[in-house]
Amino acid sequence: MVNLGVKIGQLELKNPVLTASGTFGYGVEFADFVDLNRLGGFIVKGTTLEPREGNDYPRMVETPSGMLNAVGLQNKGVDYFIDHIYENLLQYDSEIIVNVSGKSIDDYVEVARRLQPLDRIRAIEVNISCPNVKQGGMAFGTTTDGAAAVTAAVRHAWDKTLIVKLSPNVTSIADIARAVEAEGADAVSLINTLMGMAIDIERQRPYLSTTTGGLSGPAVKPVAVRMVWQVAHAVKIPVIGLGGIMSGADAIEFMLAGARAVQIGTANFVDPAATMKILDDITAYCNRHNIADINDLVGLV
Amino acid sequence: MKKEIVIARVDEACRLNGLYTLLKLSRTDGGSFAGTRPGQFVEVQVPGGETLLRRPISVNNVDEAGRLWLLVRKAGRGTARLVEMTAGDSLNIVTPLGNGFTVDFAPGSRVLLAGGGVGVAPMLYLGKYLKDKGVDVEFLLAARSKGDLLELEEFEKIAPVNISTDDGSAGEPGLITANSALGRDWDMVCVCGPAPMMRAVADICRRRDIECEVSLENMMACGVGACLCCVEKTVKGNVCVCTEGPVFNIKQLTW
Repeated sequence: MVNLGVKIGQLELKNPVLTASGTFGYGVEFADFVDLNRLGGFIVKGTTLEPREGNDYPRMVETPSGMLNAVGLQNKGVDYFIDHIYENLLQYDSEIIVNVSGKSIDDYVEVARRLQPLDRIRAIEVNISCPNVKQGGMAFGTTTDGAAAVTAAVRHAWDKTLIVKLSPNVTSIADIARAVEAEGADAVSLINTLMGMAIDIERQRPYLSTTTGGLSGPAVKPVAVRMVWQVAHAVKIPVIGLGGIMSGADAIEFMLAGARAVQIGTANFVDPAATMKILDDITAYCNRHNIADINDLVGLV
Repeated sequence: MKKEIVIARVDEACRLNGLYTLLKLSRTDGGSFAGTRPGQFVEVQVPGGETLLRRPISVNNVDEAGRLWLLVRKAGRGTARLVEMTAGDSLNIVTPLGNGFTVDFAPGSRVLLAGGGVGVAPMLYLGKYLKDKGVDVEFLLAARSKGDLLELEEFEKIAPVNISTDDGSAGEPGLITANSALGRDWDMVCVCGPAPMMRAVADICRRRDIECEVSLENMMACGVGACLCCVEKTVKGNVCVCTEGPVFNIKQLTW
């Protein structure tokens, strides 16, 4: 029997399969398709201090082997999460990780501070990489100083596992990863979406209300694998890989490149049961290759 | 009703005209689609792998054999593949999705079901369902020309059909909004079709103080309320068309 357990900071996951923020709601949306207890964990959608209505419609367009989105962090705010969502998630045995976003460093800190008392939230993922908001988000994630400043401030307010989600829209993602590691991040997750754009040539207008958006899906996978590999060589903290993982084979590829765990995003839209198949396929791969411990795969390349 | 991923077999693929195909699907597990509510939709995986996301298609009918009818219009690359399906092909669908139309009317209530273009699709099942409950149903179907009217004989089996065609080749000439059926009294008008048509009918209903429900078809990815891509502005803020809709009372919308 293969050991699938992995450790991210102080967080012990029963397997490396997580769901990516913004692609899996609060988990419950998928309860008809997925045994949520089988997941290593789910990362709930980007949560901000104040409620946000997000960007105008249209927010999505399909592109070759991928999709662009510009949701813009629509969410009901951290207090709503604490008062109305959190309790409903306690029935599940999987780790619940909250993705935290903000317009300012004070916002990030305040959201972390409010989540700190929740026993079952043992990790947060700090999103310094959202390409779809005007203020904050990616603005912090594209410079080493910005990334370091957010990480340092949140680190003071949050003593549990701290994951920082990195943007691929940078010259050197390894430099950003080193900067957040130096400020006390327990892990990094990458990649958030790649900034992209698509134009409706008949109407001679961009498809998205925001003109640009974030590209996800199989189209971004080779870029993500490359970045995971670079970052895994640059830092000592665990790397969580994501970007176009559609199958168990894709997940294994990320782990070989250096990811300790993986997140499943766009695949949830294509097949709402994708996470279960990926988990089964990872197990089958390990059995076929006589791997007793999934950790032995991490960073083999 | 629990949502599920179903492998369906195409029993019949009827080409209605160059742009439309009616697919009649049965479940390969022997089950039935009977629990589906009028106005709900399914997310169809497009075979062949050329496109990534599923395509949302409204439920056209659930027949006596428990088969699901989907009326597909060739609009882009995904639906271009779907209209070419033939009997014996299989399709992976997620079903049933969305809320559906209001159906709890007292017997004898008067309900007009208005559809334009492929928007006629959900009206067939809704009409049949309401008729079975003793509701006094009529259809109002709009198309460019007589040849573009879809499933006319199916509609006529259920209830009286009012028609508008742009060129006057069938029914009353002109836009759906000019049809005399809209001038009569109704307890509810249900509409599905192009956005400008739905807005125009909604305006008439609002002016005449008639209840009105519209079925929206915003661009969608997940279909289960997770991606927040298909949002519509409502009096409660942005909500997902896939879970809070696709059917909305016009009082909920900011139109």
